[in-house]
Amino acid sequence: MSIVNAVTCPVCGCLCDDIELTIADGKVAQVKNGCSMCESKFLNYISEHRTKTPLIRKEGKLVPASYEEAIHKSAEILANANYPILYGWSSTDCEAQRAGVALAEEVGGVLDNTAVVCHGPSILSVQEVGIPTATLGQIRHRADLIIYWGCNPWSAHPRHLERYTSFTEGRFEGSEWKSYINKVKASAGRKKLLSLERKGVLKQRYEPPVQTVSDNKPPATLSKEGRKLIVIDVRKSMTAEMADYFIQVEPGKDYEIMQAIRALVKDQELDVDEVAGVPVEYLQELVDAMINCEFGVIFFGMGLTQSAGKFRNIDVAISLVRDLNMRTKFIIMPMRGHFNVTGANTVFTWQSGYPYAVDFSLGYPRYNPGETTVVDILLRKESDAALVVASDPASNFPRKAVEHLVKNPLIVIDPHMNVTALVGDVVFPSAIVGIEKVGTAYRMDHVPLPLKKVVEPPEGLLSDEEILLRILEEVRRIKSQRKEAA
Amino acid sequence: MTMLKEKLKVTLLTGRTIEQGVGKEAGKGTQGYFESTTMCYMDAGDMKKLGIRNNTHVKVTTPNGSVVLRAVKHARGAMPGMIYIPYGPWANAIVSNETTSIGMPSFKGTPAEVESAPDEPVLTLKELLRKEFGR
Repeated sequence: MSIVNAVTCPVCGCLCDDIELTIADGKVAQVKNGCSMCESKFLNYISEHRTKTPLIRKEGKLVPASYEEAIHKSAEILANANYPILYGWSSTDCEAQRAGVALAEEVGGVLDNTAVVCHGPSILSVQEVGIPTATLGQIRHRADLIIYWGCNPWSAHPRHLERYTSFTEGRFEGSEWKSYINKVKASAGRKKLLSLERKGVLKQRYEPPVQTVSDNKPPATLSKEGRKLIVIDVRKSMTAEMADYFIQVEPGKDYEIMQAIRALVKDQELDVDEVAGVPVEYLQELVDAMINCEFGVIFFGMGLTQSAGKFRNIDVAISLVRDLNMRTKFIIMPMRGHFNVTGANTVFTWQSGYPYAVDFSLGYPRYNPGETTVVDILLRKESDAALVVASDPASNFPRKAVEHLVKNPLIVIDPHMNVTALVGDVVFPSAIVGIEKVGTAYRMDHVPLPLKKVVEPPEGLLSDEEILLRILEEVRRIKSQRKEAA
Repeated sequence: MTMLKEKLKVTLLTGRTIEQGVGKEAGKGTQGYFESTTMCYMDAGDMKKLGIRNNTHVKVTTPNGSVVLRAVKHARGAMPGMIYIPYGPWANAIVSNETTSIGMPSFKGTPAEVESAPDEPVLTLKELLRKEFGR
């Protein structure tokens, strides 16, 4: 039995690098410090849902095959395709992503990563208006106002608050966990009293308040000392429950409310009483809190990028931060989902010049979101083959897009039998990056971190990078053979 | 309890939940993943209007298709006129594929209709794939 310290968790964009693993009999036996998703990944990495050999679809059924056979079949599919798509890349290391760029260029395909259905709109906005940002370390030590807009880190980045924002002990700002615990205790007490009143043990003092959407009144906690946490969302998520102030916005109206806040930051008067269901006087209190902080940060998520307005929502959010910087120090950061989606954008950019949706079909990289984005290509039914690496578009794309993906030859490289692998034509199992293979990944603030190998992969399993390089080699061999024959 | 025959017009939101996150890391074929992605969070008031309880099956229909899910009461605060389905093949069978020319489908904000469907089964992953894609 051995203990491995300072393991980087390969699950979400937080890339927590303080995980402690106990290894017994060559397997992970215990996980310390991790969130439930981290634990789930480290404890279930070897399960019955993991494929042990490559599979090839024959007569409608996936049957086991050798790596050589599967690599040859994949190389043939890609070499024969006119307009293949190479998609995924966010849950693997930068080394595999680099091999992916080379392969995309060789086969003249479209290279796209999961940012397209995640923070693609954020990238578009950053390209238009720039981004004032910082590392998570700076936020941890200095931020005294934390705003989560359209994101729910309690579910998607469970340790974000604990490691980087409200509940962490920074050099200049303290942790707010005690005040949160007090709030939870008070709320539990209130619930007990209400229950006793319902049972008739206590005399009913007041009617329990009926919660409504416009119940957005700023509570006293908004003017407390220390770090403040504000959550802006369309529904009360668990993160909103923890917040000092929660603002519930009507769905699809984030753009409106942000423009209103921008006007208030610039001391302009609004001639309406409420915006997106929130009274202007409440917004004024929010703006006061924003202007009066010393170091504010807005984290934003899918609530902005996937709802009406999409990249325009991010435009205006970044513009708001720019306006706030005339009054105080403010920064903004997207909450990146997969552990290395930031790495995918970075690797693609340094290799091709563009962060996602890179089209190599003309022999040089071309980037035109809306045209060269994978979802649009699938909806227009243009692609004639696909290679999916470390992602699950069959589960994450709208049905119409998946229909076309499934119609054409589909190669899948993934450690697990995910939904895309179930409908794939050639399926490669691979070693899990960060557990069975070393690698590099980029945290959501663009800090690269090393991923560790803690156990040996099942016998004979190759890594994503090795599989991609071997497919590339085979594609080159097939092409040179054809040239000679011609 | 009376069952409302008519349909309720709502806005469909899809997104993350911690159970879905744990399920996806454990494996997409697991029971945990199935249970966490085949639910539909609804406002308590809206559930009352439809005359349904926790775990009653509902049929959610959009212009892009329909799917049967388990209705679950949203535990915190009100969200009238909204339903929230965790990301997964079931949610994506009905979300809007309108990418507004920037590559991003409209995963949040698709107009939808919900109706009570206590007798219709929730399809398993394999059944859903067979129905949607024939595989």
